[in-house]
Amino acid sequence: MFKNTLGGKGRIVGSAVIVLLFLFPLFLPRFYIYLISIILLTGLLATSLNLPLGYGGIFQFHHAVFYGVGAYAAALMITKSGLSPWVGFVVGPFAAAFLSLIMGLICIRLSKLYFGMLQISLGSLVWIIVYRWYSFTGGDNGIHGIPVPEIISSQNNAYYFTLLVTLLSLWALYKIINSPFGSALQGIRDNPVRSGMIGINVKLHQLMVLVIAGFFAGVAGSLFIVVDTAVFPDMLFWTLSLEVLIMCLLGGWFTFLGPMLGAAVIISLRTFVSGFTDYWTLPLGILMMLVIFFLPNGILGYIQDKLYGKIAEQAEAVEQTDLAQPAVKES
Amino acid sequence: MLEVKTLSKSFGGFVAVNRANLSVEKGEIVAVIGPNGAGKTTLFNLITGVLKPENGKVFFKGEDITGLPSHEVCKKGISRSFQVVNVFQRLSIFENVQIAILSRERRTWNLFTPSSKLAVEETNEILESVGLMGKKGRTTGLISHGDRKVLEIAMALGGNPELLILDEPTAGMAPEETSRCIELIKDLSGKRGLTILFCEHDMEIVFGIANRIMVMVRGGTIIQGSCNEVRSNQAVQEAYLGGSDVC
Repeated sequence: MFKNTLGGKGRIVGSAVIVLLFLFPLFLPRFYIYLISIILLTGLLATSLNLPLGYGGIFQFHHAVFYGVGAYAAALMITKSGLSPWVGFVVGPFAAAFLSLIMGLICIRLSKLYFGMLQISLGSLVWIIVYRWYSFTGGDNGIHGIPVPEIISSQNNAYYFTLLVTLLSLWALYKIINSPFGSALQGIRDNPVRSGMIGINVKLHQLMVLVIAGFFAGVAGSLFIVVDTAVFPDMLFWTLSLEVLIMCLLGGWFTFLGPMLGAAVIISLRTFVSGFTDYWTLPLGILMMLVIFFLPNGILGYIQDKLYGKIAEQAEAVEQTDLAQPAVKES
Repeated sequence: MLEVKTLSKSFGGFVAVNRANLSVEKGEIVAVIGPNGAGKTTLFNLITGVLKPENGKVFFKGEDITGLPSHEVCKKGISRSFQVVNVFQRLSIFENVQIAILSRERRTWNLFTPSSKLAVEETNEILESVGLMGKKGRTTGLISHGDRKVLEIAMALGGNPELLILDEPTAGMAPEETSRCIELIKDLSGKRGLTILFCEHDMEIVFGIANRIMVMVRGGTIIQGSCNEVRSNQAVQEAYLGGSDVC
């Protein structure tokens, strides 16, 4: 069960969270506003990864490359072209989607782990180009002091902009997952052979989802410029891809909002624990182990299982009393 | 309607299907029988594009469909069910059938309409006809084997096929489930007028519902003919029915 329809209660909680998010700048200190902005856009990145990963069953191991390329494309457009920064913010996502299309065309011939390995190789190639091409990308220094439009240059406005774009993107992703395309995608994840046999062009649908995921990763990359006014090559290094992947697993990769939750947990952990010790990955490692052993569907997955488990049991009980003959309980 | 000519496929050195021939006329129920490992499933995989043949041709309604990918074969009007249950485990019964219908209507490129509102009526109709209506909300991973086999057929029906290929439809079913399934297959042929090609180990079922039978041994066709012809054929008796152990 993937649908995030928790009924009336869910809607109330969701609206409350959104209202709270809009009210935060009124009472939270600057540092927290910055932190939440980063959580939002990283959460969007993780959610976009979860489209091919959790819903499509594609081993998208190097998702950060689309995030980084989106950010770099926007940054270069803004600093080199002299056009309005808004143009850069539009170019970023499309550049990421285009790269995703090219890499997808090459990788989609392989499946499962082989797809992931090839993607890491190609992604690393893009990373090394960005990392070494000093004259164009600024090499390991990255690009700093990127001008952003006046209206979103203050920190609170940057936060509101990030929040709005993230919510809009999440809404679009949610629509996609629940559309016929989303159903076909989940069918392909569960069973590619069968999907082909009911008339779905498996590779073409997979390619499409990679492009969509690349696009939204590019949106997240552009948002990073709004919040941080800088880009650097670490944004497309494979360790970030791994971190985003962990966010999906931790939060629950068969749930829609799980990756967002995972992003919140990991970024908070990194920010607050690294204040006490350099070894902030130690608690993360322990947390990860606990999740894998006890909550294999992630945190939100566990919560949903609990809620739905009860509902499903009740439904079954009703069904069984409805039937005249007592059905043998099957597992 | 379906014409298979000298179709061959080998895996490594092992010849799984060896110059097999088969013809199915419109409206018929044709059974493929043969001992385990005779190549029945491989033959079905070759016809439906899951595997590519090395030699030979497959014609459907006079059109050459040899080697087409399976989603194209499906669009031509051939649907199949699988021997080993092959459904979408994490989706509900309803969604499993619905996807098949949406795919046939070429709506899987629709990105923004909620699929929960699409093709509901037709999905319900199919579920009603196969008797899964009462359980439609259940996740497929959690239903019984017999129900999953029936769901297999329901999904194949979602493609609104002219030719339905069933790979051991009753394998692993409890006796009363089996008889329900046979009734269903008869209905599909009788009421919907579907052409059906199936393979099965249970001889009672085969001789009970098939119009014609094709016998496969070691990848090749021994004979194709009516039930009586097959029963009285010397080669079949030696190769297959003669062994007391017909499973």
